[in-house]
Amino acid sequence: MSVGKKNNVDELQVKSKTENLSEIRDFVSENAQKAGIPTTMVENIILAVDEACTNIIKHAYKLSPLGEIIIKIDYDKEKFIITIIDYGKSFEPDQVPQPDLRKYYREHRVGGLGMYLMKSLMDDVTYTSIPGKYNKVLLRKNIRSG
Amino acid sequence: MAEFSTSVKEMGDISIINLKGYLDAHTAPTLENNFTQLIGNNKFKIVVNFEDLAYISSAGLGVFMAYIENIRENNGDIKLANMSDKVFNIFDLLGFPLLYEIYKHEDEAIKKFSGS
Repeated sequence: MSVGKKNNVDELQVKSKTENLSEIRDFVSENAQKAGIPTTMVENIILAVDEACTNIIKHAYKLSPLGEIIIKIDYDKEKFIITIIDYGKSFEPDQVPQPDLRKYYREHRVGGLGMYLMKSLMDDVTYTSIPGKYNKVLLRKNIRSG
Repeated sequence: MAEFSTSVKEMGDISIINLKGYLDAHTAPTLENNFTQLIGNNKFKIVVNFEDLAYISSAGLGVFMAYIENIRENNGDIKLANMSDKVFNIFDLLGFPLLYEIYKHEDEAIKKFSGS
């Protein structure tokens, strides 16, 4: 769905189930390809969105399949922005430390890797939480370098 | 839904897990089951072949971290092989090459276990 002349927007709403991750990835892939983004960058954006949604399913909704996840995409020639909204438990990204893989390995900890990937793969990752209302994560990728 | 499947073959005391498709938070339990079964059967020398793996997220990477310690304590290892550049880049980004042996070809990983 394309709205407006300057920007392209699209939206997907799914339940908080891991089986919906593939639909989410396809949705992001289609839009990123429409935006003319190079394949490697498309793959990185898809992974970042997967990680964000996996975190929402596991942590915000604690694996309950009844939650809503809304994914909005908004892009122009300069940037590709994905906004993901959920109504689960609020999330404080500052409490997620930079992962130390050796420590994780010893402690069998695997969470936190997703956050690190998101920050590595995107140009901006911003969390906004209104406790009791909604959580929003904004992922931005600059399409044009420089 | 994401398509993911595994197949396991035995070569002497070495087990080879072939991965196919998309490994994410939804499909990771399939691979967890493979490791649980192998460990249950005292199979600790494991090679994972990534040739047909199209995609991996951190939930998939986490599976390797969850079992490696137990396997190494039993004188075994998980050696990784035949990764595409795309999949390797994700492992690399998270520093896995420091902790895991990653080989271009399955044969090299098998040879390492055989000690030749």
